[in-house]
This record gives sequence, C-alpha cells and structure tokens, in this order.
Amino acid sequence: MKIGVYVCECGINIAATVDVPEVVEKVKSFPNVEICRYNKYTCSDPGQESIRKDIKELNLDRVVVASCSPRMHEPTFRAVVEETGINPYCFEMVNIREHVSWVHKDKEKATEKAVALIAGAVARAQFLEPLERKEVSVIPKSLVVGGGIAGIQAALEIATDGFQVYLVEQSPSLGGRMAQLDKTFPTLDCSACILTPKMVDVARHPNIELLTYSEIEKVDGYIGNFKVTVKKKPRYVDTDKCVGCGLCAEACRLKGRVLNEFDENLSKRSAIYIPFPQAVPLKYTIDSNRCNMLRFGKCGDELLCVEACEQNAIDFEQKEEFVELDVGTIVVATGYDNFDPSNEPKYGYKENPNVITGMEFERLVNAAGPTEGHLEINGKEPENVVFIQCVGSRDKEGHEYCSRVCCMYTAKQAHMVRDKFPDAIISVYFTDVRAFGKGFEEFYNRVLDEDINYLRRELDDSIEVVGNEKGVIVKAEGHPDIHADLVVLATGLVPKSDNKEIARKLNISLSGDGFFMEAHPKLRPLDTFTDGVFLAGCCQSPKDIPDAVAQASGAAVRAASPLAQGKVVVEAITAIIDEDLCSGCRICENLCAYTALEFVSDDKIMKINDVLCKGCGSCAAACPTGAITMKHYSNKQVLAQIGGILNQ
Amino acid sequence: MDEYEPNIIGFLCNWCSYAGADLAGTSRISYPTNIKIIRVMCSGRVDPAFVLEALKKGADGVLVSGCHFGECHYKSGNYKANRRIKLTKKFLEEMGINPNRVRFEFISASEGNRFAEVVTEFVDELKELGPLSLQLIQ
Ligand SMILES: Cc1cc2nc3c(=O)[nH]c(=O)nc-3n(C[C@H](O)[C@H](O)[C@H](O)COP(=O)(O)OP(=O)(O)OC[C@H]3O[C@@H](n4cnc5c(N)ncnc54)[C@H](O)[C@@H]3O)c2cc1C
Ligand code: FES
Repeated sequence: MKIGVYVCECGINIAATVDVPEVVEKVKSFPNVEICRYNKYTCSDPGQESIRKDIKELNLDRVVVASCSPRMHEPTFRAVVEETGINPYCFEMVNIREHVSWVHKDKEKATEKAVALIAGAVARAQFLEPLERKEVSVIPKSLVVGGGIAGIQAALEIATDGFQVYLVEQSPSLGGRMAQLDKTFPTLDCSACILTPKMVDVARHPNIELLTYSEIEKVDGYIGNFKVTVKKKPRYVDTDKCVGCGLCAEACRLKGRVLNEFDENLSKRSAIYIPFPQAVPLKYTIDSNRCNMLRFGKCGDELLCVEACEQNAIDFEQKEEFVELDVGTIVVATGYDNFDPSNEPKYGYKENPNVITGMEFERLVNAAGPTEGHLEINGKEPENVVFIQCVGSRDKEGHEYCSRVCCMYTAKQAHMVRDKFPDAIISVYFTDVRAFGKGFEEFYNRVLDEDINYLRRELDDSIEVVGNEKGVIVKAEGHPDIHADLVVLATGLVPKSDNKEIARKLNISLSGDGFFMEAHPKLRPLDTFTDGVFLAGCCQSPKDIPDAVAQASGAAVRAASPLAQGKVVVEAITAIIDEDLCSGCRICENLCAYTALEFVSDDKIMKINDVLCKGCGSCAAACPTGAITMKHYSNKQVLAQIGGILNQ
Repeated sequence: MDEYEPNIIGFLCNWCSYAGADLAGTSRISYPTNIKIIRVMCSGRVDPAFVLEALKKGADGVLVSGCHFGECHYKSGNYKANRRIKLTKKFLEEMGINPNRVRFEFISASEGNRFAEVVTEFVDELKELGPLSLQLIQ
C-alpha cells in the first residue's frame, strides 16, 4: 500500500495557524505513507499536477489531501485521482481549514490537531476500497415550485431549452408579489405591463404544464428520478368550462363582503373570485372558507352563482385530487412573506388607519387597486407623508438581515407621492440608503431632487407613531415631531411561514435567517445540498426583481443540464449484505426509511435493493452479526480512523 | 503543570452538523482544539461500538451530532441515533463510566455558533470529570 499525502497551506489561511512543514515531517513517518508534500494551493493547477505526477511516478494507490472542507473540494480531488487511474473512493480528505486553522488560535495545538486528523485519514485510507458509481438515467422533465416572477422565468427558460416543465403554484394565479406592485424601481416600468405577458407565455408554452391552486404534498426519489405528489385543491369550478366572464362573482350573495388578500385586505370581493383581472389562468375559484354553500350546505334559497353561470361550470362536489409527477430536477421559487408590523406596537399600525405598509401603498396607488389609484386616507388626500425605513429588517433581536429592496421601493413610493401631490410635504426616516444596484444611485439622486426630506436616524434611536384627532404624530429621537396624515412603513421581506415544512419535504436546509440555504454562499449559490434541487428568487434571500430573474435563469440552466445529459452519476455509498453472516433477524428491516431492505423468506436472509438505498448507514449500525457493510463507512474504516486519531 | 486537556472524538453527520462545524470555520468562531471530527453520512450510522472504541483508545468524551428531529437527510436516522446513544449511556453507567462523557446533540447547518458553544461546554464538563481511566474500572 502506497499512500500520498498532500497538505495545503491555502495561502496563509492554513499556514498562519498550522505549522505545515512540521505536519509534513511528522506525517512522513506514518506507516504506508510513500510521499508527503505541501503546496501553497493544492487545488490550483500546479497543486493538482503534483498529485498526478506522484500517482504516476510513485505508483500511489491511495491519496489523502489535508486542506479545506470536503464539502468544498472533495469532488475536485476525486476528479484528479480518477483522471490518473485511481478510483475516486480511494481518496480521502482532511479538513484542516474550517475545522482547524479558522477556529483555533494556538499554533502548537492546532498543528497537533492537524497531525492527529491526518493520522486518522491515513489509517482509514488503508481500508478504502474502490467503488463503482452508478449511472442513472434522468427523466427529462423539471418541476418548478412557485409561480412568482422567479418561478415564471425558470419555467420559461427550461421549457425553451426543449424540456417539459410542471409549474406548481399554490394560489389561484401566477404572478406572485410582483403582480401586486404598481411601478418598479429603478426604471418605473409598470409592473403588470412587464409581468403579465410572461404569465401568458407560460400558459401558452407547449412544454409547460401549469398546475395552479396546487401544493407539493410529498417528494420521493433522487436527482434524475424524483417522484412528486401534488395536491390539486378543489376550485369548485370546472376549469374546462369556466370562461372567466365573471357573471358568478357579480351574482354572488357575498359580493363586496369578503376581504381581498390580493389588495392586502383593503378591498372586498365575492366568495367566488379571481385574484386580479389579468390572472393566469383566468378561471374563477370559490373561497371555501367564505362560501355559504360550502360552509353551511346552503346559500339563501337559491345558488345565485350557479344560476348566473352560463357555462354550468360550478361544481360543489369537486374534491381535492392528487397527481404524481415524475421529474429529473426541481427548482424551488416559493418567494417571501411581508413583515407584519402589528408585531411592533410602536409603529401604531392597525391602531391608526393613517399607517400603512409598503405593499398596501402599492395597492393604493395602483389604478386597478381598491381606490382605483387615488391615494386617499379616510377620503382625504394626504398633505404630509412620512416614510419609515427598516421596519422589521436590520433588527438584531428579530430579522438581522437587510431586506435589500425597501430603500429603493421607498424612494420609488416617495417619488410617486410627489408625482401625485406636488405640494405635499414628504419625509423619509432612513438609516443608510442602500442604492447598490444598476441605476439605483441615479434613481435615488433623482428622487432627492424632488424636494423630499431624507432624515437620518440610528437604528437604535426610538421612533413612535401616535394617533391624534387629525392623523398621527411621528416622534423620532433627535428630530422634531411630524404631524402626518400618512405614514408608510417600509416593511421587510421575511421567510415564508411554511418554509420549514417545504424544506422537510424537499430535504433541503434553512439558513439561520429562515430562508432556504444554498450549497455554497459564493460558488454554488443556486444549488442546495440535495442534488437536483435548485433555488431561485426570494425564497433564498430577499432580492429585487432583476436579481430574482437572473438567479432564476441560472437555476434553470442548472436544472436543465442533467436533463440534457440524460444521465447522472449517483453516489456509490450504499449498504451491502453478506449473506453468509445474515441471520435473518430482520432488525434492520424496520430501520430503513426507504424500504431498501427486504426479507427473502425462502433463504431466511435480508436482501438489499441498492437503487433504493440512500447510504445513511442506520442498518449497518444495528446489525448484530455484522452482516451489513456500509460502503465507504465500514466498521473497519471508521474504527481505523478512530485509532489513527487517538494514537497521536 | 499543564492543565489537563480532554480528548474528544466527534461524529458529525455530513448534512447538518458537519456543515454547522464548517460554518463555525467560515465565520471564524473559535473553540478549543480538543475535538477531532469524524464525518459520517448520518448520525444513524454511529454504531455504539464506535463510541466504545473511541473511549477505549483514549478519548475522554464522545460527541455525536446530527440534524434536528424532522430534518435528517435520511428522514429518521437521528431518531435511531438518539435511541442508541441513550442505550450506550446506560451501558456506560453500568460499567462505571460517567454517561456524560457521551453527548448527543442536534446541530443544523446554520448553527455554527451553537457548534462552537457545544464543544466549549463539553470541554469544560470533561475537564471537571477529569481523565477517563479504564484501568480503574477493570
Ligand atoms: C412593497 C414592495 C415593493 C417592491 N417593489 C419592487 C420594485 O419596485 N422593483 C423590484 O425590483 N422589486 C420590488 N420588490 C421586490 C419583489 O417583490 C421581489 O423581488 C419579487 O416579487 C420576487 O419574486 P419571487 O418569484 O422570488 O417571489 P414571490 O413574488 O413571492 O412569488 C412566489 C410565488 O410562489 C408561490 N408559492 C409560495 N409557496 C408555495 C408553495 N409551497 N407551493 C407552490 N407555490 C408556492 C406564491 O404563491 C407566489 O406566487 C418589492 C417588494 C415589496 C415588498
Ligand atoms: S443526516 Fe443528519 S442526522 Fe441524519
């Protein structure tokens, strides 16, 4: 057995805290170590080349690299050894950066620890065995979850690449939050004008199957072969018959009595509704929480909607349906929720009708909104308007992050107030104006020139909005009180309340902020830890529309590439059973979460289906006779590693 | 005299806890050098025999850490690990070894801070317990 060990200095990332030459000196004397070297950057071209050269010249049969986390560069080095004729599973990586040099300060102790970890890896390496990686075929279809701008963009891109896409949207229509916006910074395009054509493109695209008013129920399988169960909620309207004429909503007994969530509850709709006039698909839905017929089994003495519908489309018998989709890859684009300022009494939200959120403002200035675009509070045009920024963002006790869009949407909204009311007094309480995007600073400067008072306050300074008979008084520490008749809170973007549940279903992680976590913050920002599942838009972190769209196009490329290749290589790490040792006790059978273990009653032994096995090793840890071997994490390998580390 | 430094082996699942330890690294949150980490795919892979072997070979404590309940990459490996570690602790107690030398923790990929805290706390606890001497027991 000849082992080559390569210790990386990672510039000074490792070398500053670990005495790399000393590590190399010690490791040289370990059993079976044929060569030990160090490089400035082992992952660089010269670093990789030195490994290749040694493999050839010294006939190495195992390679150990001590550098950064295997979650970063294991694939890189596996590829290096594989190119040079060593099986990739005969490679072992030691993490002396994230787990040593970056977390320790004492050089002597850190050096000792690095030596011990490498000793463990060298001991383990002697027992590593070549494994065959399986190639599985890929179902050439993709699933996009969420039909906001990010999901729409991703679906269109994948479909245009020639693959079939299922787009699953929870609400009755595509569009997401962007559909609620009036104009968009920094160019002031009308949001609906740029969004709705794309929604129509989705509906018309021959490669896209749109499932609205639907949710992901369950996800099984792995990259290339996901099996997704989708729940189609009953609309109580036959979408094949509904032509979207709206006669039903006109007739509905509850017309004008049901809060309209699309208008942020500032208007009222019927119990049968479309969220907004340009909805895609243009099909009505009955709100089962409000419809009298669905709640009480009767609605007056006749069903007005049924009477009104000329198409006979209303069907109170509709049930939820489950459909199974087979897809190769998944793009998650489930977006964000708006921060609810009623959690923070100091802003006086809900107490005073004069205090509204940014999203409510969008609806109020929108020509199709509750007031047909007339910005009025209690029937009166505002004369003194105050914007308060960073509501629910940049709060160390709550959401610590910056929501990235509020500075710019505030500037946009201030501009719109100025546009409508040339004589209004407009003030903005800000802490830092973050105008980082293309055209943002220019836009902000333009708004500053429109006679808008930007007033700086520290995040920790107190601010309070109190009602009085005329409106409200905004009391900000260090500033004179402002008597205002409209206060707009620049509420932040927060993770969707069901993110945890979605993460569980898709087997992906959440970051500390509650948004979905990318596989690497810099180099794999669109991937998740689960192969074949990608992220787009605000579900990953708050972002504006240009960034959401760019990320969605990127995620679409990531999701389409396995479909184009038709095959993916899956991990070879599975369990195997030694039939001679298996006593047929069946302890392992119930431990497997994937029903990969099956009892063969004729032979009284267990058999494993290695396509189903995901390689967790739960069975191996429990087998009383030691008949189950977990490939790449066998007892021999792990015990040797323990011994190696502790021998030091 | 040098202060006694306990030796800890940590078995961390690849998907949550190992990533959590990586995050402690990328965030430069420091903790004592006493822990040496062994990566396993899932905490469910940790055979009680690994824990015993570590103690036998000179570890003073063993940390097993996995994803939070409901978040295991393999659905339920951490439930199994939790059960096994409980049993292992009982077994240790019968052998006269303080069961607190073995710890089971839930650390997610975003809890770099928590990982550092757990290690720091565990080191302090083991310092109090003193070195594990198996000779004494035999
Ligand atoms: C007040 C305000 C003003 C703004 N103004 C601007 C602006 O002027 N310019 C700009 O660039 N940006 C602006 N933004 C930001 C903009 O809203 C976002 O960048 C954009 O909406 C992000 O799109 P998305 O697709 O990622 O998420 P979303 O728009 O939230 O869409 C997500 C979609 O997924 C669906 N969904 C969620 N969960 C599930 C599930 N489990 N299953 C199926 N479907 C699901 C939702 O129903 C929704 O349709 C503003 C934001 C706010 C709050
Ligand atoms: S993968 Fe983390 S505990 Fe199972």
